[in-house]
Amino acid sequence: MTTVTCPECAAEITLEADAEVNEIIVCSDCGVDLEITSLAPAAVELAPMEEEDWGE
Amino acid sequence: MRPRLRVGVLHSRVRVEEKWIFAALEQRGVDYERLDDRRIFFDLDHPETWRQYDAILERSISYTTGLNALRILNAWGVPTVNTAAVAEACGDKLATSAALSKADVPQPHNLIAFTPESALEAVEKLGYPVVLKPVVGSWGRLLAKINDRDAAEALLEHKAVLGSYQHSIFYVQEFIQKPGRDIRALVVGDKVVTAIYRKSPHWITNTARGGEGEICPLRPDLEEICFRAAQAVGGGVLAVDVIEHPERGYLVNEINHTMEFHTAQPLTGIDVGAVVVDYVVQVARGKIAQPGGIRV
Repeated sequence: MTTVTCPECAAEITLEADAEVNEIIVCSDCGVDLEITSLAPAAVELAPMEEEDWGE
Repeated sequence: MRPRLRVGVLHSRVRVEEKWIFAALEQRGVDYERLDDRRIFFDLDHPETWRQYDAILERSISYTTGLNALRILNAWGVPTVNTAAVAEACGDKLATSAALSKADVPQPHNLIAFTPESALEAVEKLGYPVVLKPVVGSWGRLLAKINDRDAAEALLEHKAVLGSYQHSIFYVQEFIQKPGRDIRALVVGDKVVTAIYRKSPHWITNTARGGEGEICPLRPDLEEICFRAAQAVGGGVLAVDVIEHPERGYLVNEINHTMEFHTAQPLTGIDVGAVVVDYVVQVARGKIAQPGGIRV
């Protein structure tokens, strides 16, 4: 089981087994968006803020 | 033996759709590479590193990034899904409306103006309520329903003063009293794959804004308008958003060229990611013509 620490609130977050690099996860404690930047070792960063031209 | 295909997936953050696409690529044994659009760069003197891909699937979350990458790739003759021309026609609502108008595909009544004064005139001509939309934008952001002249004047002034120049392209749309839902149809190549209703008590029914999905039966007239809309912007992998007008029937509201299907795939049970991958493989094999992106 891989865990990371939220850079915003220091909560411990467990990554899902099928987690992917560049996937966005939400910290269950503080609700901030985090981007998984690597899996071995597991690391997350605050996800970039939504920009005006983002979408589908 | 057929040479092994090489596919690139240009992406930003990995959404659930990208996960499904990666899974389908792996299931099919396609040799693919993940290309994070925040880390790549293009050397215009050296196209060879990019020409090694038989096709690139563009899944950028930023419209500007995706479009510009496609422009370079297509200029080099690298096949892409979708092409730069399609992205251009879909990513800007004014360009979409112009393409739909050219192809006589029914759409809501839209008026375009370039100053707050002429926009106000356009709004008054349509009659309240109207909807003001940014020409570039997604997920239901910055849509404004304007109910009276006071609101119109205030909003137009704010857009002109506070926004970028893009916000001074005033895209004014009639407000349609839709039945608490709109339709999203997924079109891949010449096939309408599936469709869902997006239901919400709010006038913005986008699932990114809390709209809920429900399976929408594919009636032949719905399929026809979605197919024609997709063709009007150049075809490829597209999500066509359709409004049901109480009198005028189906109207095409917008078309998305890097479609999300997080609601449609689990709801309909159709592996949309796999359908997209199969299309990309066909493009990589040169079986599908690339408008504006002829292989060199």
